[in-house]
Amino acid sequence: MSVFRRILMLGAGILALSAFQGLSAQPGFPAPPPAPVDTHRSIAPYFARATAHPKAPDADGFLQRWVLLEPIVKPNRSNNVLTDSYVRAAFSTEYFPGQFTVVPHDGDKVTVAGQELAWHALDTSTFNAKIFRFAYGLNKPTYGVIFWAVTVVNSPREIKDIRLAIGSNSASMWWLNDKEVVDVFGDRHMIVDDAVSHRLTLNKGRNVIRGAVINGPGLSDFCVRFIDEKGAPIKDITMNLE
Amino acid sequence: MKSHLLAAAGLALFSLYAMTPARAEDGEPYIHDPSTVMQCGGKYYVYGTGGGGLISDDGWTWHSGAVRPGGGLAPDVIKLGDRYFVAYASKGGGMNGGHAGAINTMWTKTLDPTSPDFGFKDNTVVATTDGIEDADAIDPSFLLAEGRLWLTYGTYFGYIRIVELNPKTAKRIPGNQPVNIAIDMEASAMMYRDGWYYLLGTHGTCCDSANSTYNIRVGRSRKVTGPFLDNMGLDMIRGGGKLFAAASGRHVGVGHFGLMDLGQGVQKFSCHYEADLDRSGRSVLDIRPMMWKDGWPVAGDNFEEGTYEIQSERGGYALELAVDFVRMANPARGPGFMRAPTGPVTPIAAQDLAQVLPNWPTGNIDVRLNDYMIRPNQKWTISPVANVGGYPGSPYFKITIAGTDRALAATAEGEVITVPTFTAAPEQLWRIEQLIDGTYRIMPKAVPNSSEPVALTSIGGRTPTLAKFDPKNDKSKWNFRRP
Repeated sequence: MSVFRRILMLGAGILALSAFQGLSAQPGFPAPPPAPVDTHRSIAPYFARATAHPKAPDADGFLQRWVLLEPIVKPNRSNNVLTDSYVRAAFSTEYFPGQFTVVPHDGDKVTVAGQELAWHALDTSTFNAKIFRFAYGLNKPTYGVIFWAVTVVNSPREIKDIRLAIGSNSASMWWLNDKEVVDVFGDRHMIVDDAVSHRLTLNKGRNVIRGAVINGPGLSDFCVRFIDEKGAPIKDITMNLE
Repeated sequence: MKSHLLAAAGLALFSLYAMTPARAEDGEPYIHDPSTVMQCGGKYYVYGTGGGGLISDDGWTWHSGAVRPGGGLAPDVIKLGDRYFVAYASKGGGMNGGHAGAINTMWTKTLDPTSPDFGFKDNTVVATTDGIEDADAIDPSFLLAEGRLWLTYGTYFGYIRIVELNPKTAKRIPGNQPVNIAIDMEASAMMYRDGWYYLLGTHGTCCDSANSTYNIRVGRSRKVTGPFLDNMGLDMIRGGGKLFAAASGRHVGVGHFGLMDLGQGVQKFSCHYEADLDRSGRSVLDIRPMMWKDGWPVAGDNFEEGTYEIQSERGGYALELAVDFVRMANPARGPGFMRAPTGPVTPIAAQDLAQVLPNWPTGNIDVRLNDYMIRPNQKWTISPVANVGGYPGSPYFKITIAGTDRALAATAEGEVITVPTFTAAPEQLWRIEQLIDGTYRIMPKAVPNSSEPVALTSIGGRTPTLAKFDPKNDKSKWNFRRP
């Protein structure tokens, strides 16, 4: 992926592809197979519709229930523009009413630049939310996009001095109970616990996590969990999206 | 690939920052044949030849004032239970014209000469030589290991010997006979680690100031009585010994090893230099980090000021000011990756502070970890700060973005930020110590509203914080690399 990105970034893609095609014409190099056409796009098996039952984090504490908004188009040919200030500006732009306050439900719709986008309440089958697959499966734009994600975490107790730990491809910002707590900027790969918030307190009861991920070309995904002072995951919480 | 090329070009152009050799201890650290450095009542004590010794509040700034009766040569100190035992040579070593030596032990409840509990008692001879045999009972050193107390002693007049003492009284075990374990060295000392006994001793010429060839060597054995072999298998009783420490910088004639185990993966050693060339060639105390490599102790150097990348051992990412990444102009590449480059080869200037500084915020700025890109927001100048105290071996340092006064600081919330101006506040002073594995621990002198000692820690792959130091976890460890 990174090689492909760099080729795009440098505007050398045509040259590179020509070179590879040139190689294929040489004796001993078979012609590449035609690109497959996916006529049965689906968000399965990466996502399933969220149920009404509370969902616990997985064994490593990752949050696997999210309400995802279909991607907002934000064209970027490469991720080298994703500096702190660019991303902050991109995420502080209001694309739809209630962007920073709403707790959406499955099927809710917003309009962004004249385009209607739907929220999808989903459970992920992997520790990370493969939002490229979410967009791809719904026949939505996959490159040059912004994803918004919301989840509601219920805690049986107040938990102090824990941290929200995230990883994302590419840049992202995350808010807990309407307060920005952690971010990553630049051309990022998704790495578990790549960035971690300062110490924070998870309220007893309802807590809202809101995130935004921006990506140019390439796969997009994110992973989120809470960790304690020793880096161990917080697991005695649930998500129910209410 | 692109990054590597740019980095290589940048490094080729980047001028090296001036480095100042580390200074031996501060104050008046003048001493010869120092004992093991001992902590008592929050202060540090070290004793030397001729009586008396040095006291320090922090292990960095030393003054005379320690009191040891008996005079003589090259004492050592050990704490057994609630008592401090001192061993010293009351005669021998050329005193009184010969090598009829004697080692005495005595104890005191405290090393603080102003305390009513201070006072040495029970002065007892525990080892002697007759002046004729191939040994001279001077330069004693204790080792407590596996519940048993040992004493080594001797000098160039024959053998280094070991005897066993009572671990409660530091008196000789009745019937115990000395064992010869090395030859032709002095200032012996021992350590025990992972089933190995290490015998250290000083080779070379003593007491000739800047011309002293004193150097510390080491051998090891599975048995406390040897044989102690060096890295080449040569027995120390045949003159063997792997070099541990020799002259360096402005310091000549390294001798009289003493172990300081601070715990949590921090070990240091004390020594004297026969000559500190910055201090009239006087004999001075120093305390330096000690590392371990392949089962052998390695003498480290105290942290030297300079400009560095501060790299997390956890992920290899660099500590940086959290500001916008500013791209460098991409050089012309000719026809691209797939063909050989064309045109002249020219250097490319590294990104300069002046190019980016105007766009940085002027208030506090967060820090984070990121890929090292030889950028101005990733280069830290680390400098000692005068008159703010220190810790064993070093002064406190300030850590500022190179070319600016923007300083790394601890916050009351236990996080790290940068403040626009260094003020020498305790939360802006940093203790930097090399660990036994060669990495470093970085601790603020103080955290506002907290007395908990904490260290710079990589809590996430790219997130620094302050947390309790964990010597077994790379998240607590750092490296300093030339930028």
